[in-house]
Amino acid sequence: MAETVFAPWDDPNEKPLIRFQNVTKRFGEFVAIDDLTLDIFEKEFFALLGPSGCGKTTMMRMLAGFETVSEGSIELAGQDIAAVPPNKRAVNMMFQSYALFPHLSVYENIAFGLRRGNMPKHDLDARVTEMLKLTRLEKFARRKPHQISGGQRQRVALARSLAKAPKLLLLDEPLGALDAKLRQATQFELMDIQEKTGTTFVIVTHDQEEAMTVASRVAVMDEGRVMQVATPERIYEAPESVYVADFIGDVNIVAGQSTPMGEGRYHISWAEGQQPLVAASDRPFSDGQSCHLAVRPEKIAISAERPADVDNAVQGTVLDIAYLGNLSTYYVELPGGQIIKSQTANTRRISRRSFTWEDTVWVSWTATAGVLLAQ
Amino acid sequence: MQRFALIAIPYAWLLALFLIPFVIVFKISLSDIALAIPPYTPTLSDGVGPFFSALDFENFAFLASDDLYWKAYVSSLRIAAISTILTLLVGYPIAYAMARAPEEWRPTLMMLVILPFWTSFLIRVYAWMGILSQEGFLNQFLLWTGLIDAPLTILNTTTAVYIGIVYTYVPFMILPIFAALDRLDGSLIEAAEDLGCSRLQAFWLVTIPLSKNGIIAGSFLVFIPALGEFVIPSLLGGSGTLMIGKVLWEEFFNNRDWPVASAVAVILLLILIIPIVLFQRNQQRQAEEEA
Repeated sequence: MAETVFAPWDDPNEKPLIRFQNVTKRFGEFVAIDDLTLDIFEKEFFALLGPSGCGKTTMMRMLAGFETVSEGSIELAGQDIAAVPPNKRAVNMMFQSYALFPHLSVYENIAFGLRRGNMPKHDLDARVTEMLKLTRLEKFARRKPHQISGGQRQRVALARSLAKAPKLLLLDEPLGALDAKLRQATQFELMDIQEKTGTTFVIVTHDQEEAMTVASRVAVMDEGRVMQVATPERIYEAPESVYVADFIGDVNIVAGQSTPMGEGRYHISWAEGQQPLVAASDRPFSDGQSCHLAVRPEKIAISAERPADVDNAVQGTVLDIAYLGNLSTYYVELPGGQIIKSQTANTRRISRRSFTWEDTVWVSWTATAGVLLAQ
Repeated sequence: MQRFALIAIPYAWLLALFLIPFVIVFKISLSDIALAIPPYTPTLSDGVGPFFSALDFENFAFLASDDLYWKAYVSSLRIAAISTILTLLVGYPIAYAMARAPEEWRPTLMMLVILPFWTSFLIRVYAWMGILSQEGFLNQFLLWTGLIDAPLTILNTTTAVYIGIVYTYVPFMILPIFAALDRLDGSLIEAAEDLGCSRLQAFWLVTIPLSKNGIIAGSFLVFIPALGEFVIPSLLGGSGTLMIGKVLWEEFFNNRDWPVASAVAVILLLILIIPIVLFQRNQQRQAEEEA
């Protein structure tokens, strides 16, 4: 059965739910958001990812209505929302601190938003019960927030922000306060709930794994600008800049000059007295242009003998080994001082490891393993 | 043993400075007036048997028979209650503004609230006489602006007592409310607005309930001393203001009737025990909530 791929961003006829148009936000002299243009589509699970201070929280607060836009406009379902106060927006937010009302029970916290509209008592009760069920909190309805665990509080916050069935749900570091195990479980729960309710989610996070796991698309931000917006696979496999390649996951970056060899293949001279590296690229590079070759460590093989039939093979010595249990990362120093990380799965017991410190080894990768980046 | 010694200190303090004086006052309230030093009988020099047989509740019966006393109690309760509400209305906005002020201003604002305590309480009440009298600053100012043609009579009325009590006790209202508001997480207000509250609704539904403990603490801190207040009504209230503190003073010093004065004091204390117990329970519950 052919499955339709959810990719409204590739369809030119699709209308975005949210449209940032040349949005700039200044706090005094400081530019938090710098001329940012971005579309987010209905039913998307969109992640804003970046280091702290990159402007991701400011973007979220502008969507919620707690910050005004200095320049440009934000449209929600085709309507400019600059003049709409937070309490009139069909947008709800789940706060990083959860911001549960300590004086109200779990039930009343979830009912809080519904009580503001003139919902009949019967409908209200049904809706709150539905939310309690969705987040598996039925047993805790009468408890106060300080009487439940952190994970349960997180679910109350989620239920409360979903109760009004917003067009858009904003999640500010929703899993930041949970421990690693619970966080993983909750990530899948979030995706599940997002799918069930069909709500558009925008999540702010600094945890790249979290963004990669939950999101349909990820925007990598830095200093108020969006560096790249793409699906998690594309962000990882086809980063558009060294910044994105470096921010997401582990990567080897080799700087050099390109020489076109035709058919999208390039030679990269990267060190004195070394064979040029071979890389394939869809993006054109001119002769002598400075470029960076980014190769993920798991795409680099390590061997004692020079392997036959590979595009790139370089000899070096093992400088360090990072043993991570399931994986090992070998830090191989090349003659020029460049360090290449090669990651292999530990399919054998550690005592049978093939290489150890100071061993001379070959690292190799294919022409298509890496991405050639201009900057 | 060491722990026992430590808690013995506050208990010894309470025993020496609260319980023993209270027992003495209670004993005097059961005595009869006498033209002697001390001005009551019996004393222990009469012997233990006659001493106990001479004690009776005569003075309490007298308080019940003369309506001056219960009117004074009721009037004190009313004045204390109204002053507490007025103090809350003045103090809450000040505390709210302080809690919302920029971080670097707060110590200064706090200082300004506490600053009046650096001057003697009596001098400050006398200063109000200068402000509120017929020829006082307030009347002169109002005449100068043309708002009034003839000076207002404020001094020696109940209004002056309210002004005095609100002025004196407003710091006791501000500080606990400020403490409650200062702890309030700003994202709760944002969450309320996000869920559809207007600013005013968010204030009613989140800010007020979460500062409730501060409001209760502040109200008791004003109500309890205001009920027995003597200086403010006697200096600012004139003869028209009936408050139990004044009656007590007059019984002691004008009539030199120590037994009746003591009975008045005992009843006042019994009335005060109710709000004090409520206050203690509020404080205790608050401490438990924070734990």
